[in-house]
Amino acid sequence: MRASGITENAVELAPGVHWVGALDPHLRNFDIILRTANGTTYNAYVVRGETGVAVIDTVKESFADDFFRRLESVARYDEITTIVLNHLEPDHSGALPELLKRAPQAKVYLSRRAQMMLKALLKPSGEAPPEYIPVTTGDTIDLGGRTLHFLHTPYLHWPDTQCTYLVEEGMLFSGDVFGCHFCDARLYNDAVGDFRFSFEYYYAHIMRPFRENVLDALALIEPLNLRLIAPAHGPILRHMPRDYVQRYRELAMPRLFNEARSEKTLVIFYISAYGNTRRMAESLAAGAEAIGGVRVSLYDLEGGESGIFTDLIEEADGLAFGSPTINADAVKPIWDVLSSLTTVNVKGKLGAAFGSYGWSGEAVRLIEDRLRGLKLRVPVEGLRIKLVPDAGELEQCHALGETLARHLTGQVEHREIEFSTLQVTLA
Amino acid sequence: MPKAKVTFEDIGVSVTVPAGTRLIEVSEKVGAGITYGCREGECCTCLTKIVSGADNLAPPSMLEDQVLKDNLAPRGHRLACQAQIIGGEIVVKPA
Repeated sequence: MRASGITENAVELAPGVHWVGALDPHLRNFDIILRTANGTTYNAYVVRGETGVAVIDTVKESFADDFFRRLESVARYDEITTIVLNHLEPDHSGALPELLKRAPQAKVYLSRRAQMMLKALLKPSGEAPPEYIPVTTGDTIDLGGRTLHFLHTPYLHWPDTQCTYLVEEGMLFSGDVFGCHFCDARLYNDAVGDFRFSFEYYYAHIMRPFRENVLDALALIEPLNLRLIAPAHGPILRHMPRDYVQRYRELAMPRLFNEARSEKTLVIFYISAYGNTRRMAESLAAGAEAIGGVRVSLYDLEGGESGIFTDLIEEADGLAFGSPTINADAVKPIWDVLSSLTTVNVKGKLGAAFGSYGWSGEAVRLIEDRLRGLKLRVPVEGLRIKLVPDAGELEQCHALGETLARHLTGQVEHREIEFSTLQVTLA
Repeated sequence: MPKAKVTFEDIGVSVTVPAGTRLIEVSEKVGAGITYGCREGECCTCLTKIVSGADNLAPPSMLEDQVLKDNLAPRGHRLACQAQIIGGEIVVKPA
């Protein structure tokens, strides 16, 4: 954290282009989920052309005074023709309602998916939304000798996110992309302290779940002439900006080398008090391997760490979780893994649950509900075995493994089901 | 009650359903790959490709139509939480 030394006024990035953001050096926890040892910055920008002035993003509401003071040092409110919203999360749109009051003539430019969020954001004011124009890749605004070009970059990290490129200066106003929580009044990446950890940490927690969208965005960003990247948090990247683009590409690549590229992968996690759920897991694994075309991995949750498991889960095509039922619940190590998956994309993966139980056996259904909540598909009802699985029950586990493998490899036979019997059919 | 048949192409399952059923009610029970978010026709998470039989779904409401446009949904896509089956045969898969 280094908050001293900054001017109270705007900071010039280029003639007619200014930083008008705010410093929040004492923040230690962002959005509940993200810690920061260095505070953060809320970066907003002003671009002046011959015929118009654009404000790009605002700041968190409690820092609005800093934002307006810096904005007033470089522009009058009646000059503002354009407000660009790259991302409507409250840390960037907190000062927007007040800005709209002070510059009511300004037109708002945002992504199509931001429209409903804008209305929701302005609800408390009771006022009608301002004139807004949804934009996408290829749309531009001419400010008079200054051209803003929009890039549609959704899910980085909300559905509404976009980037804005100032063509003549080679400046990319990237929103949260290439940002980090790091507060240093010296602002520029070649002047601030070492923020590499913050940059990587931010990617890992904010962007990683959307790595496919990161790659889509990079395809738009990489061809640009980039002289400077101006993100919405953290240092402004004027020195070697393309290095940060390259680092994003590296971070968006799969973390684990997959030797089974041509095969589907099924990872089976289990935990077992008396060895019964373990025997089920082993039989399930044998069943899946018997089908062929699936690389099966078996992991005892007692022997690993959630970080490694998260990497495995991110790369897997199918996941099966085995847990005994203790006090009517799945056991904590299972929930520890299942509650740590918001940092990776598991949507659409195949999921299944199984487990031995002594009395009521709720764990399997609870795990299935969680898997559905994480947006996995759970086409095969899980397997609950009372206490010690016998040979016939282990055969059921084997069959479950076979079925999962068939789902992964597209070998499932077509089934016709009557809706009214659906629950029974799947049991 | 009139019946309809909806096929989930990604998991190879056809379900005979009563007319009036919404896609979400069926796809969740069979474990198809269509995923859900708000379930109220707003977030577009359940965007679904209608492979065939689009006319056998009730037309989209104004809300659904707007959400599809706002999210740049390609032609022939619907929200599974909103789309109501009215008869005939429909084939769907995740968008």
